[in-house]
Amino acid sequence: MDKKYQTIYGLLARFADPEMLVSAAQRAAEAGYRRMDAYTPFPVEGLAEALRLKPSILPYAVLAGGITGGLLGFLMQVYATVVSYPLNIGGRPLNSWLAYIPITFELTVLLAAFGGIIGLLIATRLPQPYHPVFNVEDFQKHGSQDGFYLGIEASDPDFNLPDTRKFLESLGATLVSEIEA
Amino acid sequence: MANSKEIPVLQPGHTYRSITEQISDIPLTRVKNTPRGWWIGFFLAFLGTLLLMYAVTILFVNGVGIFGINIPVGWGFDIVNFVWWIGIGHAGTLISAILLLFRQEWRTSINRFAEAMTLFAVANAGLYPILHLGRPWLAFYLIPYPNSQGLWPQFRSPLVWDVFAITTYMLVSLLFWYMGIVPDLATMRDRATHKLVRLIYGIMALGWRSSARHWHHYKSVYLLMAALATPLVISVHSIVSMDFAYGLVPGWHSTIFPPYFVAGAVFSGFAMVLTLMIPLRKVYHLEDFITQRHLENMAKILLFVGLIVAYGYLMENFSGWYSGDPYERANTIDRFVGAYAPLYWGLLFSNVVVPQLIWFKKIRTHNVALFVIAIFVNVGMWLERFIIIVQSLSKDFLPSSWHLYTPSIWDIATFAGTIGLFLTLIFLFVRVLPAISIFELRELVHHQAETTGESVRAESATGD
Repeated sequence: MDKKYQTIYGLLARFADPEMLVSAAQRAAEAGYRRMDAYTPFPVEGLAEALRLKPSILPYAVLAGGITGGLLGFLMQVYATVVSYPLNIGGRPLNSWLAYIPITFELTVLLAAFGGIIGLLIATRLPQPYHPVFNVEDFQKHGSQDGFYLGIEASDPDFNLPDTRKFLESLGATLVSEIEA
Repeated sequence: MANSKEIPVLQPGHTYRSITEQISDIPLTRVKNTPRGWWIGFFLAFLGTLLLMYAVTILFVNGVGIFGINIPVGWGFDIVNFVWWIGIGHAGTLISAILLLFRQEWRTSINRFAEAMTLFAVANAGLYPILHLGRPWLAFYLIPYPNSQGLWPQFRSPLVWDVFAITTYMLVSLLFWYMGIVPDLATMRDRATHKLVRLIYGIMALGWRSSARHWHHYKSVYLLMAALATPLVISVHSIVSMDFAYGLVPGWHSTIFPPYFVAGAVFSGFAMVLTLMIPLRKVYHLEDFITQRHLENMAKILLFVGLIVAYGYLMENFSGWYSGDPYERANTIDRFVGAYAPLYWGLLFSNVVVPQLIWFKKIRTHNVALFVIAIFVNVGMWLERFIIIVQSLSKDFLPSSWHLYTPSIWDIATFAGTIGLFLTLIFLFVRVLPAISIFELRELVHHQAETTGESVRAESATGD
C-alpha cells in the first residue's frame, strides 16, 4: 500500500441498478480485489456469491445457543427436582422427564434466538458508531434508500487510486467517490 | 390464489424511492403536522391507559378482593383477558415467520405492523397473571434462581411452563421484530432532518450501513429466527391450554385443547390485525402497499382457522357426551341452557355463523363488512375464553359450592384499561416507527420488475 493513500479509506462506486452492481462486483473479484464491500438498500440476490463471501457461520451460533439452552434447561429441572428439592409424590419417579420437555423446548428456542442475534452483532461488528463510508455525501443520501454501491478499500494490495478509479468507471459506475478515512 | 393476477400485492409503478418516501414520511412528520385524527385517537387511548394506572393502583392498595372472583370461580376476568391478549399476540409471529417460510410475498407489507401488535398484546397479557396474584410483589418467585429458602418453582406444573413460554415468546418476538426494523431505522436516520431525531434513529439503527457482508449474515439469521419462531408460536398457546387441560374441572379436562387453543389464537389474532389494519390503511393512504389482496388473503385465513375453531366446539361437545362422565355431561348441557347460555350462544354466533359470510367474495372484498366481521370475531373469542374459564369453574363437582361470577367495576376498568394501553402503544408505534417494512418492499419492487421485465426507474442514479 502506498503511503499517500492512508487518508483514504477507499473508493465508492455507485451503480444504476442491482444487476449492474452484481456484475461489477463479479468483475472486481475476478480482477483480484478482495477487500471490498457492496452496499445495497435491500439484500440483493447473487451479491454474496459475486463478492465471494463464505457461507455465513451464524447457523452454528444458533445451533450452539439451542444446544446450550436445551441442556441447561433440562439439567436445571433435573437438578431441582431430583437433587436439590426432591418431593415424594405417591412414590412417583423423581426424574419425571416428560414434564420437563416444555421448559426444555422454550429455553432451547430462547437461547438459540439469542445465539443468533449475539452472533449477528459479533459477525457484523454492530453497533458501530462510526464508519468511513458515511463520509461520502451521496452515500448518506442514497445508501439506505435507493443507491447500489461497490466499495473497494485502500488496504487491498491491488488498490491504486487512479487505476482503481478507472477500473470502477469502466464497470459502468455512475459516480465514483473517495471515502475519507 | 385465484385473483393473484388481478390484484397485485403492491400497486405497480412504485420505485425504491417512492416507497421509501411514502412510508418513512409518516413517522418523520413534524409534531405540529400530526393529523388531528391521530391526536384524538391517541388522547382517547391514553385516557384508557390512565384508567389502567388508576385501577391497578386501587388493586395494589386493596388486593384482589376488589374483583368479582369468588370460590369456586377464582379465575375471572384476569385470566380471561390474559388468554384473550395472548391469543391476539399470535398473528404477528404467524404472519412474519410461518408465511415467510412458505414464501408468501404478501406478508411483506403487513408483517412489521402485525409483529408490533403481537408485542403490545403479549405485554398486556403478561400484566394479568401478575395483577391476579394476591401478592404481586412476589411475582419473581416464578423465576428459578438460587434463593435462601432453598425453593424451586414446580417444574411439573403447566403454570410454570406458561411463565417460560410467555417470556420466551415475548423475548424472541422482540428480537425478531427489532432485527427486522434495524435496516429501516437506518433509512429513517438518513432521511431525518432534525438533529435529535436523527441521533435517536441513529442510535437505534446500531450503525447499520446496508453492507452486503452484513446482509449476508442477516438473511441467514433472519430465516433461522423464523424457523425458530414457528414451533414457538404453536407451543405458546398449547402450553396456555394445558393450564386448563391439566386440571380436572369439567369442561377443561380435554385433549382437544392444545390444537383448539392454537387455532383460536390465530383466529383472534387475524381478526385483530384486520380490525387495526383496515382503518390504518385508510387513514394513512397505504392502499398501494396494503392492497385488497392482503385483506382478502387474511379474510381467507380467518375463515379457515374459524372452521378449525368450529370443529373444536363440535369436538368439545362431542367428548363431553362421549366421556360418559356425569359432570362433563352436565357441564356441556349447562353451556347451552345455564346461566351463561346467552354468552355461549353469542360466541357460537360470532365465531361460527358470522365468519361464514367470508365465503362470499362480495363481502370479503368489502372493507367495512370485513371490519365488522373482525369485530365480531374479537368479541366472540373473548366470550369463548369467558365461557371456558368462568362457566366451567362456576359449576364444579359439589353443587353446594356452585357459585356464579359477575365482574366488578374494577374487572371492567382493568380490561378497558389494557385496551387503552394497547391502542396507545399502537398509536405511538405508527407515529414514530415505519409501520411497513421498507427494505422488504424494495425487494418486492425489484422482484416485480424482474418478473415483468421492466427496470425500476432510479430517478437520481447520478446523485442529486
